[in-house]
Amino acid sequence: MKAFAYHQPGQIPEAAKLLAAEPDSKLVAGGMTLIPTLKQRLASPPALIDLSKLPGLKGCTDNDATITIGAMTTHAEVAKSSLVRARIPALAALASQIGDPSVRNRGTICGSVANNDPAADYPAGVLGLAATIITNEREIAADNFFRGLFETALKPGEIITAVRFPVPLLAGYAKFKAPASRYALVGVFVAKFRDGVRVAVTGAGPGVFRVPPMEHALSQGFDPASIAAIRIDTDNLTSDIHAEADYRAHLVTVMAKRAVQAALSERPAS
Amino acid sequence: MGDVIGIGAAPKRKEDQRFLTGRGNYVSDIKRAGMTAGVFIRSPHAHAVLRGIDKSAALAAPGVIAVLTGDDVAADGLGSLPCGWGISDAKGVPMKEPPFPMLAQGKVRFVGDLVAFVVAETVEQANVAAELVEVDYEVLSSVVGVLDAVRPGAPQLFDDVPSNICCDWELGDKAAVETAFQKAAHVAKLSLTNNRLIGNPMEPRAAIAEYEPGTDRYTLWSTSQFPHVVRFLMGALVLKIPQHKLRVVAPDVGGGFGVKQFHYGEEAVITWAAKRVMRPIKWVASRSEGYVSDRHGRDHVTEAELALDENGKFLALRVKTLANMGGYLSTFGPNIPTNLYGPLLGGVYTTPAIYCNVKVVFTNTVPVDAYRGAGRPEATFVVERIVDVAASEMGIDRVELRRRNMIPKEAYPYQTPVLVQYDSGDPVGCLDGALVAGDVKNFGARKAASERKGKFRGLGFSTYVEACGLAPSRFAGRLGARGGLYESATVRVHPAGQVTVLIGTHNHGQGHETTFAQIVSDKLGVPFDNVDIVFGDTDRVQFGMGTYGSRSLVVGGAALSKAADKVIVKGKKIAAHLLEASEQDIQFEAGKFSVAGTDRIKTFEEIAGAAYVPHDYPLEVLEPGLEEQAYYDPVNFTYPGGCHIAEVEIDPETGTVTLVNYTAVDDVGTVINPMIVEGQLHGGIVQGVGQALYENAVYDETSGQLVSGSLMDYCMPRADHMPMMKVETHSTLCTHTPMGVKGCGEVGTIGSPAAVINAVVDALSHLGVTHVDMPATPNRIWRLIQNASVPIAAE
Ligand SMILES: Cc1cc2nc3c(=O)[nH]c(=O)nc-3n(C[C@H](O)[C@H](O)[C@H](O)COP(=O)(O)OP(=O)(O)OC[C@H]3O[C@@H](n4cnc5c(N)ncnc54)[C@H](O)[C@@H]3O)c2cc1C
Repeated sequence: MKAFAYHQPGQIPEAAKLLAAEPDSKLVAGGMTLIPTLKQRLASPPALIDLSKLPGLKGCTDNDATITIGAMTTHAEVAKSSLVRARIPALAALASQIGDPSVRNRGTICGSVANNDPAADYPAGVLGLAATIITNEREIAADNFFRGLFETALKPGEIITAVRFPVPLLAGYAKFKAPASRYALVGVFVAKFRDGVRVAVTGAGPGVFRVPPMEHALSQGFDPASIAAIRIDTDNLTSDIHAEADYRAHLVTVMAKRAVQAALSERPAS
Repeated sequence: MGDVIGIGAAPKRKEDQRFLTGRGNYVSDIKRAGMTAGVFIRSPHAHAVLRGIDKSAALAAPGVIAVLTGDDVAADGLGSLPCGWGISDAKGVPMKEPPFPMLAQGKVRFVGDLVAFVVAETVEQANVAAELVEVDYEVLSSVVGVLDAVRPGAPQLFDDVPSNICCDWELGDKAAVETAFQKAAHVAKLSLTNNRLIGNPMEPRAAIAEYEPGTDRYTLWSTSQFPHVVRFLMGALVLKIPQHKLRVVAPDVGGGFGVKQFHYGEEAVITWAAKRVMRPIKWVASRSEGYVSDRHGRDHVTEAELALDENGKFLALRVKTLANMGGYLSTFGPNIPTNLYGPLLGGVYTTPAIYCNVKVVFTNTVPVDAYRGAGRPEATFVVERIVDVAASEMGIDRVELRRRNMIPKEAYPYQTPVLVQYDSGDPVGCLDGALVAGDVKNFGARKAASERKGKFRGLGFSTYVEACGLAPSRFAGRLGARGGLYESATVRVHPAGQVTVLIGTHNHGQGHETTFAQIVSDKLGVPFDNVDIVFGDTDRVQFGMGTYGSRSLVVGGAALSKAADKVIVKGKKIAAHLLEASEQDIQFEAGKFSVAGTDRIKTFEEIAGAAYVPHDYPLEVLEPGLEEQAYYDPVNFTYPGGCHIAEVEIDPETGTVTLVNYTAVDDVGTVINPMIVEGQLHGGIVQGVGQALYENAVYDETSGQLVSGSLMDYCMPRADHMPMMKVETHSTLCTHTPMGVKGCGEVGTIGSPAAVINAVVDALSHLGVTHVDMPATPNRIWRLIQNASVPIAAE
């Protein structure tokens, strides 16, 4: 790890100013992704701006039709939140499957969303639920936020403060864990809203994506059987030592079916 | 004072007190005054010519003390890293043994090969400087797999090693095997690979070296399984340091599994550098560094054929293997796929004729050497897989076919056609025990229940034997060993009767401090708490060959037992004098010397006291003091064995294999501490399951990069992969070790891969699947199901 300056600002504008002050400076949330890259000397930011002392970035709030989760809310807090468990149990279930206990106790929702790892779980939940990413400058719809491999719509200096999730009628998440890393080899988030169904896939390709044919079929009939015959194209899928593209394509269908099954078998709170 | 805790008891492990309270003393815990930090520069290329190294910018960087390269090694005239075994081909032609410089000279031959060493005041400064060293590589095409390496036109690692073949080794009577094949009613054939593994001990390798000009002595602290051997190999052969001027300390070591039983270039470089910079230097490997430099294991490609008569009696076995050695010969490298492989192909069966040919092949990969089991898991996998293939092809039940060919208990000692003679064993007894313990008779009901859930269930057997307790030196010498393989122990009785044992084996997780203390407590009748076991320091311990090959209890424990016997013999002489009786009349039992048939006794403490305060003592005929030493060289290997049964469930939709039951009934000879034996079995089985289902070291065929170079991509088995295991022992006693012990460190790893894969194949057999290569990953299983010759009924 190379030497860097460390700041712990108390206000968001101050954090934004510090971030802009020196190019390549980095925000640090849980540090679960950032610190390993520093240790491996893959990144050497001149300064780290720690978000942990900023006010109002922690916790889950209920706004009836939506739930807002603060940027610094850890995976463990989301997994345990009685609000999330009651209103969007699939999201709590997703958070509970991230990494291991120490990762869940440190890692944060917005660290994960900002990082946009192609195999991370949250991007599937955020895109599947048509969430809105709230930053210190603006609001960005999930559909416009994720831009492929580790790329997002965030501008330099922008800080995510929260994510706002519409509460679905039903939702389910099914994750096929990569054998070694236990990130998603394929993870599928399915959410049923009054106006239709959304299906978001993580792990299978270079970034999270939706599957319109499945969304269409599930909007017609929200049942695993509706999508059992749908095979997604292997063209943009990842092929690596753990899974070849056609196997990933197959798993998308299997996990989508299981996500629908999970959605159907849980008791919706509203 | 505590109690005597003897053989067969299961006290908690003494060493766990310090490990579990964070008070272990590992290499990286050690700090020396004025200590500097060392960082290695490793080759990023699989195969390249080293055209030049520009170290000027690095030398100018802050805190940098030295930058050393292969040219400096050459200028100092230092030796090559030695190979401890020299094998030969059938004509007696010795293996090709190209030099293995401690820092690369002329060429690099694998990603991770050592190129330079940077010493600086801090690790951070050394890392920064390492990035400033400019190495000019001319990249060559590389080869990573054995099949590719022996093809005409393959890249050559060494100019004088044609086809990259280090040795074309063979064993057994080829003609007899051919005759038997001609008579066979059935021949089963199997092509398989034994996947390359990476040991991944919890503690990465590390070393500290220091030179004291006042005494002209060097000290190396190293994460080693065999400090005395490092002292010899590095001191005598590489750095030319006299043995009495070199101390090697292997303190607490966090797991080895073989990875730490070799002499590594890093140890030699850091020791040499410590004198050059006249400061202590510390190096601690990162996990990533470990992946590309810790010696790898296994990596075979094999064709096997088994000839049977019409009743299923095995007539002959023929095995041809290509074994990957990596880029250079590591300490035991060529011994593993030859001497520790071919002789195990007899298994527990009466196969009268066996022929084995192994081509030992260089490739642009990390050198391959012993990893828990070392050669024997590979042999067991071949034998136990092909027996299943034969059973299914001939329509004979797998258990029945094994039974028909097993060596009966009465037939021991049993001479196999491949060198080794098994002294004892009872394969049928282990099999019968496992059938009961594994509740095999109700498997059908469990399979039906799985089917109702849409899952496939399979059962797999492995009835195996291994050779351990390495090794009888004379025998090993004939096979090419360049050193002895005995062990030594000193039993030092203190004046107040407590005991310190100095032993040449090394404890890095096996529980020696407990097991060996039990042996002493049992034999001398002293309280268990009054016995300490000292190991891992060449200045304290007389000599030793270290820990590997399930040898510590078998060979080291035997030396210890002999030394304790000598203490008793001397104690009897002292007691005879004090009790005014003849030596023949003195009995020793439960810590007391007595005159037979009388109530006259002297306690062990009294005898120790008399030995050190010899006022009333036969000084004319007996030396004072009570300390005895013994060396023990085994007369044969020991042959633990047993029956492992794995039961798996497969999700046909995803291809995921879940191990749902595991049963092991093993013959490990005398059990000193059943809890430790069970723990060794558990760990070994998990590693074997890791090989069968999860672990795979994968190289990119074009670039020669290690693709599975981190825990993100190399899948280690985890607790939640495992069901509760049923582990039992069914022991016959070894006839030639003092306590009847056979060793248990590797059995789990040796028996389990075949059991698991046999279960996977069984679960898929209704689809026409006859073999599954390791690891049986979801992707691989899914593909087999997709390509199945017998289609699955539509969902
Ligand atoms: C062993 C291990 C296993 C893991 N397993 C999984 C898994 O199964 N599934 C999974 O999804 N993830 C997994 N992760 C990743 C984990 O979820 C991380 O916590 C997460 O990806 C990053 O969150 P963080 O809070 O630690 O972010 P940090 O590491 O602190 O930051 C990550 C990046 O996001 C930026 N950032 C952080 N917060 C903000 C913000 N508010 N606004 C703008 N940018 C921001 C940082 O500058 C940095 O670039 C694993 C990690 C580890 C170490």
